[in-house]
Amino acid sequence: MANTSDIAKGAIEPGCAKVDPILIADNVTRSFGGNKAVDVAHLEIPRGKITALIGPNGAGKTTLFNLLTGFDKPNTGTWTFEGKQLAGIAPHRVARWGMVRTFQLTKALSLLTVIDNMRLGAQDNPGESFFKSFVRPLWAKKEQEITERADVLLKRFKLDAKREDYAAALSGGQRKLLEMARALMSDPKLVMLDEPMAGVNPALTQSLLDHIKGLKETGTTVLFVEHDMHMVRHISDWVVVMAEGKIVAEGPPDVVMKNPAVIDAYLGAHANDDLGTVSIDTVKEGN
Amino acid sequence: MDFAQIFSLTAGELFGVFTAAYALCALGLAMHFGYTGLLNFGQAAFAALGAYGYAFATLNLHWNMWGSFAFGIICSAVFALIMGIPTLRLRADYLAIVTIAAAQALYYAFGTSQFAWATGGSNGLSQFGTDFYSYNPIPEGRYDLGIVTLSEKEIWVRIVAWGLVAIVAVLLVVLTRSPWGRTLKGIREDEDAVRSLGKNVFVYKMQSLVLGGVIGSLGGMIFVLSSQTNQASTWVSNFTFMTWTVLLLGGAATILGPIVGSAVFFMFLMLTQTVLEGLVNIGALPFLSIAQVGQIRYLLVGLFLMLLVIFRPQGFFGNKKEMQFNG
Ligand SMILES: Nc1ncnc2c1ncn2[C@@H]1O[C@H](COP(=O)(O)OP(=O)(O)O)[C@@H](O)[C@H]1O
Ligand SMILES: [Mg+2]
Repeated sequence: MANTSDIAKGAIEPGCAKVDPILIADNVTRSFGGNKAVDVAHLEIPRGKITALIGPNGAGKTTLFNLLTGFDKPNTGTWTFEGKQLAGIAPHRVARWGMVRTFQLTKALSLLTVIDNMRLGAQDNPGESFFKSFVRPLWAKKEQEITERADVLLKRFKLDAKREDYAAALSGGQRKLLEMARALMSDPKLVMLDEPMAGVNPALTQSLLDHIKGLKETGTTVLFVEHDMHMVRHISDWVVVMAEGKIVAEGPPDVVMKNPAVIDAYLGAHANDDLGTVSIDTVKEGN
Repeated sequence: MDFAQIFSLTAGELFGVFTAAYALCALGLAMHFGYTGLLNFGQAAFAALGAYGYAFATLNLHWNMWGSFAFGIICSAVFALIMGIPTLRLRADYLAIVTIAAAQALYYAFGTSQFAWATGGSNGLSQFGTDFYSYNPIPEGRYDLGIVTLSEKEIWVRIVAWGLVAIVAVLLVVLTRSPWGRTLKGIREDEDAVRSLGKNVFVYKMQSLVLGGVIGSLGGMIFVLSSQTNQASTWVSNFTFMTWTVLLLGGAATILGPIVGSAVFFMFLMLTQTVLEGLVNIGALPFLSIAQVGQIRYLLVGLFLMLLVIFRPQGFFGNKKEMQFNG
């Protein structure tokens, strides 16, 4: 087992330091009643890489996303994004600083058209200010630019044919795609995707994978939650494993998936299977 | 029965002052509920603050029409801030509860003798429209407009009232079709989605609350300027619920809806009133007295509204896809 890589600084272990971290979290905890949903001592997310956050249902992945993006308040903890303190910052300001997330339960705005959903994703549109909105010349040009950018993304996500439809008319998978495309409208520095593949038509999976890889090429950092081990193995540079609120392992995908602690936490009875060849669904069926 | 009179009275409501005043109040609610998803059950208070603000500034501060007008607007905007600051970060029902309670509290405060130096107590305020009517270019007299005959004052207040309705409607069309309006529609559906895209949802909701409240206060000013009397008893919760009726009749997320809704509402009230009175007078309804007619017509309005909600829940003009009662 390799103990070093170009991503980690020093030994690879849960909570290890990174060469170039974009997000650093310390002592982040969140309890619901007596249940400690998140209990992360230290976590660093490498800049410009694709990091997968995996772990069984109820491990605390979504709660951790909610905390880091300001949608939920932690009991303890601090974290910095690009060196700036982010703890206690309102969600919209987190997004404005370039850390944009999607939701496990899709939040496509079904009463807006697909293109309007996309336009809403853009930032710094002067027409979104109350007083400027009265004067079309103040925002028409920017709106035009935004629309052009939206059309490029819609095409890439194969939603261009649905441009004028209400988002309500989209399938579950298409809404996931729309939500992800919308999140990209602001050119985020870090995009956090909560189960982006859930419900997406398998025919679209490959292009979505390519698109996430493409994000890395443009310098965007990706942190995503996913259950599909094929996807995790194929596109991630780094894997972080959560179980019962804690980080139990991390490392390059090949190494992590052979880690007994991970197999134990994640799969229980399937300890003898190679994680790279099973998806969590087949495992669940097996139980 | 005098059919000519029934017709002229009913048609007169089409451009009546109260029709315009309610249309303004309902346009404010359309901003709140239809476009933002805010539940304001205290529109009577916003209208009352416009009315009392105007009258107070004229009578006690001796300001002219423009100053009084501005004062009425400021009063309702401040009230909106007070309502919004503690509630707009919470779920939608908090604003609903707080506005009901505050409107009721204001209603009693306006009527009590404690503040009679400012509000006139239970007598209310009167004769504060001199400056407003001094702008009237129409010479004194009575004018036969075909359907109705009106005095120069009655015509002037109608011109101003419907002019305001037109200005507000155009501004709202511009606003709701702008990116600002798009953001509000997003908030109406899912605040968290809009937050995740970097928009300050609290600020948008506050802007909507202030704007809709100010529009309501214009309605209140028009309401009292027609008779130059302002009494606390006008601003009961019934005023709010009639405004909601007007809004839901026309369609909550539309601009034309509240205006047409108001016209239909007042024409319906006048039509039922005059027809029922006519029938009672000729002895066709022996079980009803003239005094009861006033109540019966509201009962009919309620029935009408129920049928509308069942058969056309989006109102006259609403888009069924956009209709949602869940705020
Ligand atoms: N709002 C909440 N109230 C109570 N318990 C919650 C809430 N959100 C999450 N939890 C609990 O926290 C734990 C972690 O949940 P979650 O973060 O959704 O896990 P994951 O996304 O990894 O499947 C679970 O035990 C879940 O039941
Ligand atoms: Mg989850």
